[in-house]
Amino acid sequence: ELKEEFTRILTANNPHAPQNIIRYSFKERAYKPISYVDQMAIHFSLNGNMILKDSDEGRRQSIRLSTAAEKAPVETSAVTSEETEIKDEESTGDTQAAGDEEAEGSGTAEVAEAAEAEEPPRPRAKEQKLANQFNFIERASRTLNNPMRERACQSEPTPCKNFSATANQWEIYDAYVEELQKMERSKEKEKTKVQIAKREEEKKKGRNLTSLESQSDDITKISKAAKIMERMVNQNTFDDIAQDFKYFEDASDEYRDQQGTLLPLWKFQYDKTKRLAVTAISWNPKYKDLFAVGYGSYDFMKQGQGMLLLYTMKNPSFPEYVFSSESGIMCLDFHNDHPYLMAVGFYDGNVAIYNVKKATSQPSYRSSAKSGKHTEPVWQVKWQKDDMDNNLNFFSVSSDGRIVSWTLVKNELVHTDVIKLSVEGTTMQGPEGLQLQTLGCGTSFDFHKKIDYLFLVGTEEGKIYKCSKYYSSQFLDVFEAHHMAVDSVSWNPYHLKVFISCSSDWTVKIWDHTIKTPMFIYDLNSAVGDVAWSPYSSTVFAAVTTDGKAHVFDLSINKYEALCTQLVVAKKKNKITHIQFNPVYPVVIIGDEQGHVTSLKLSPNLRRMPKEKKGQEVKKGPEVEIAKLDKLLNLVREPESKA
Amino acid sequence: AEVEETLKRIQAHKGVIATIVVNAEGIPIRTTLDNSTTVQYAGLLHQLIMKARSTVRDIDPQNDLTFLRIRSKKHEIMVAPDKEYLLIAIQNPCE
Repeated sequence: ELKEEFTRILTANNPHAPQNIIRYSFKERAYKPISYVDQMAIHFSLNGNMILKDSDEGRRQSIRLSTAAEKAPVETSAVTSEETEIKDEESTGDTQAAGDEEAEGSGTAEVAEAAEAEEPPRPRAKEQKLANQFNFIERASRTLNNPMRERACQSEPTPCKNFSATANQWEIYDAYVEELQKMERSKEKEKTKVQIAKREEEKKKGRNLTSLESQSDDITKISKAAKIMERMVNQNTFDDIAQDFKYFEDASDEYRDQQGTLLPLWKFQYDKTKRLAVTAISWNPKYKDLFAVGYGSYDFMKQGQGMLLLYTMKNPSFPEYVFSSESGIMCLDFHNDHPYLMAVGFYDGNVAIYNVKKATSQPSYRSSAKSGKHTEPVWQVKWQKDDMDNNLNFFSVSSDGRIVSWTLVKNELVHTDVIKLSVEGTTMQGPEGLQLQTLGCGTSFDFHKKIDYLFLVGTEEGKIYKCSKYYSSQFLDVFEAHHMAVDSVSWNPYHLKVFISCSSDWTVKIWDHTIKTPMFIYDLNSAVGDVAWSPYSSTVFAAVTTDGKAHVFDLSINKYEALCTQLVVAKKKNKITHIQFNPVYPVVIIGDEQGHVTSLKLSPNLRRMPKEKKGQEVKKGPEVEIAKLDKLLNLVREPESKA
Repeated sequence: AEVEETLKRIQAHKGVIATIVVNAEGIPIRTTLDNSTTVQYAGLLHQLIMKARSTVRDIDPQNDLTFLRIRSKKHEIMVAPDKEYLLIAIQNPCE
């Protein structure tokens, strides 16, 4: 057995290779041995990166290397190249991640090289990605894209509404004001809930009515605007007069020595009063441009109806308020605290109170034969202060010789005879031994401004009685004033002792009530209809005569003559009946017998205030006025006291 | 009513050419002019009043516009604004 020879063959066969390989052949559907088995065994493989010098790639690289050698210093380039290497590695690593597994190692080395070379020519277009020529496989794969399907879901849109508004400052303010009003109304509603059921019902009815009214006539809402418009239209038409009223001051007064003039302004007339005479004028105490005119007739034979009109200077074409009455109005007076109430005296002896606020043309309260009206025309009415029960009351004087106090108690006029004007020394013996007193006829009266109970009465006989409210049968004093009826008496608005009286006997007299004889007497050549003190000066007064003239006097300037005597209305056809000063503006209104009211502006000479002495302060106020008048009176009194 | 009378008086006053009453939306309610001119006046003046009113109130919200007058060569346009209405009068101020 040891001599057996074993042959050893050296073959090129791979000892690890399988000796037979059986493969399944799909064609023949059987397992078939493969004839030849691969015998190659790889011991070592290395991917080299040498490129043929003459190939495209080789040529490119050699160009690059040559340009790199020309460029910048090596250090900085080395540093930057390191950075760029890292950057580029990262970037290129990302880009190549998809395919290139085998070429990884060579790739990075190439990239580094490329980076070096790239650094200087970076501004050049970016190089194409260098890929391993031999072993580069780019394989991309893609996941299946699912087909896109759109699915939407929409909810029902909320209803939209377009809203636009401006948010101005005033809109915000309006909103706040409305809020306030709502709060107030809710407070009021709480209060009304406490009330009785009946009243609530009434209110409901009232509310229904108002809502109906507001629906029916829209035009009524424009009343306010219409009123303003009417006044504006009038202002345009009477533009020059309005300018005169405001600004015109007669410059020629300086040359006129001391005389003044009256500049005619607006003329007020109403066609329904054309045949009536102006019997009373009065300015409203609250609204300085509003005045009331009473119409009636002085003629005993021609008695017709009467009218009461309220005009404003802002609208000369048409009266603001119109009231009509059956009997002629003889006098009127505004209440100081309630400027909407007017007391009116009629020709038939009645008195009435008109309330301007109410829409009716009828008076609110009226006296009647039962309630003690006068038996003769009422010549003057004047409001008094409210009595102790806070009832309104006023006095009236009439030709029947009674001065009556009327009080408004629980919506009725109650009268009280204050005094009876008995003529002295004329008690007669009547039948059955009765003593009859003839009564004088009162034609005018005036109450003292400060001393409440003191008042003066002028009579038809020409006497002026000084009376007190507390003495009903006796007078405090009697002045033998005039020869004919006293048309008007008036206390001086400043001086407490002085009063003025005028009469149809052509005279105007100024008195001090402590002295029996008048201080000043003026003869005006014609029956004097009315006299009035000016509200701004204690020494200025105006008088109107039946010959159509107005006379203005200023005692501090000229004691004997009028400063201004001016014909206001046509002489023959017309007579002036009344005059009144406006409390604020330098305007007087004059009424005449044909129902016209003329307004006139006083020129500066008529309105002179005392000149200031240099260095002294100008004192204003009633004290100055009183002092002024006192000085004058003293001049007049001295010769008398001497005598 | 009383307002009717006032409007009649304004129209009859010396120099007044026309009066127009416009409501809050700018639609003329009453007029004494022909239709086209009325509509023109109403629309233009309505806008102007809105502007004027907002100007006045922007400066002081407690204030409000009471009257507007435009005086031109030929005549004067006066507008009295109200809460809900506008009263326009065109007058020839005779000079």
